[in-house]
Amino acid sequence: MKTGFLLDPFHFVGRSALDTTAQIGQWGGLGMDTLRALPRVGTWGRLLPGQMARIGVDSVPIALFIATFTGVVMALQASYTFTGAVPLYFVGALVGKTMILELGPVLTGLALSGRVGASIAAELGTMRVTEQIDALETLAYDPAAYLVVPRVLAGIIMFPVVVILATSVGVAAGWATSLYLLDMSTPEFMKGLRLFFLPWDVQFAVIKSLSFGLTVTSIGCFFGFTTEGGAEGVGLSTTRAVVVSSMVILVLDAFWAATLL
Amino acid sequence: MQDVHKAFGSNRVLRGFSLEVEEGETVAIVGQSGTGKSVALKHVVGLLKPDSGEVKVDGQDLGRLTTEQLYEIRRNVGYVFQFAALFDSLTIAENIGLGLKRIPGMTAGAIAERVRECLALVELEGYEERFPAELSGGQKKRAGLARAIATQPKYLLYDEPTTGLDPVTTTVINRLIMRTREELKVTSVVITHDMGSAYKVADRIGMLYQGVIRFTGTPEEVQACADPVVRGFIEGRPELLEGAG
Repeated sequence: MKTGFLLDPFHFVGRSALDTTAQIGQWGGLGMDTLRALPRVGTWGRLLPGQMARIGVDSVPIALFIATFTGVVMALQASYTFTGAVPLYFVGALVGKTMILELGPVLTGLALSGRVGASIAAELGTMRVTEQIDALETLAYDPAAYLVVPRVLAGIIMFPVVVILATSVGVAAGWATSLYLLDMSTPEFMKGLRLFFLPWDVQFAVIKSLSFGLTVTSIGCFFGFTTEGGAEGVGLSTTRAVVVSSMVILVLDAFWAATLL
Repeated sequence: MQDVHKAFGSNRVLRGFSLEVEEGETVAIVGQSGTGKSVALKHVVGLLKPDSGEVKVDGQDLGRLTTEQLYEIRRNVGYVFQFAALFDSLTIAENIGLGLKRIPGMTAGAIAERVRECLALVELEGYEERFPAELSGGQKKRAGLARAIATQPKYLLYDEPTTGLDPVTTTVINRLIMRTREELKVTSVVITHDMGSAYKVADRIGMLYQGVIRFTGTPEEVQACADPVVRGFIEGRPELLEGAG
């Protein structure tokens, strides 16, 4: 019987801590299985392109949609904030710096945790409760090699690609907004964009998006693999995958800012 | 399987389960729903590991095998799942061919040919390009059987092969199990709570009750058994089971 926080707070906290610790242990176990499955290229190699298309290419429209409007809003809000106090070409600096360092990777990561993480958890969770993962094992397939490795590798490879595309479109949207709504010229916007730009910023964004790709796909796989029960269990796993990967993305975002900047 | 114990949390499912299956025979394990029949079967392919006791296939203790050795054992075992467990995203041909891809030297042509043979055996010719969602329950079970026999295993494990099927489809599945045994000379374990099926397909029947095999014997011996638990189950009389220890 589950005990609520209000009825027995000590029991609730203790039970939650134990459950979380057990889950971290299980996640580590799946991580080890995944590492051990890496040499089975014959199993996951042919599945990788399909997963790259599903996780990466299919996510491009939503990532570009979010980035476009973020770029527009960034430019308008920067102009509103700078009015009279700061030269307007700083709009380019703010849009570029913020999109590359923060909003491009984080907003794309959060959007993809919903799209990709939920999809992986629901798919693998359904496979778990309908014994398809067991069936895979009886056919002498390593489930980690067949299901986890292609998804995680596709996430690690494709998240940076999607983030770079989204960031570029976001900056372009900020430029177009500056040009048509703020009476700025292209040279003005470019002056601001170049002002504080560092090549390291792009590397930083790529490192962040690599880690987000790993996080979203591995957490989606973990919750899918550990699904119990029926449709309710699949729903619960899907929700948990999105919530936990979103939280981890924000923690990682702070971690990379603290350690790399 | 020798003295196998398995618990899930506080729920002790197997409490000293022992059963030996001889080469070439078909053994049915019967028992009420929730008594751990499927749990016992999953131990045979290493899908579950016993808390204690040993499970041997071909004389090898599964608990002592490396992952690769376990996969080698699994290549000799076909498993027919209760709800077929066909891969939703793959066609029937791809489902059946998946295990064949693991066999070294199997060309695409050889796989396609073997898929056709298996589908013919389960009377599903022409269903190669269908997806599992397009099949009825009975057709899914037959496709699951086709997938299990595709690699020409030495052993076949059936988990509730006739549950939820109409009497005609049940007869078709029973005939398929018998035909598979005769044509492929496989050793089979059939989990069921359908006594009609057990009598038809099994050489020997084991009754699982409270985590242990309560009785084993030929169908005739089971029908003549005086044990109230066995009688209660085969005659559908719960009062006999409740009175038994």
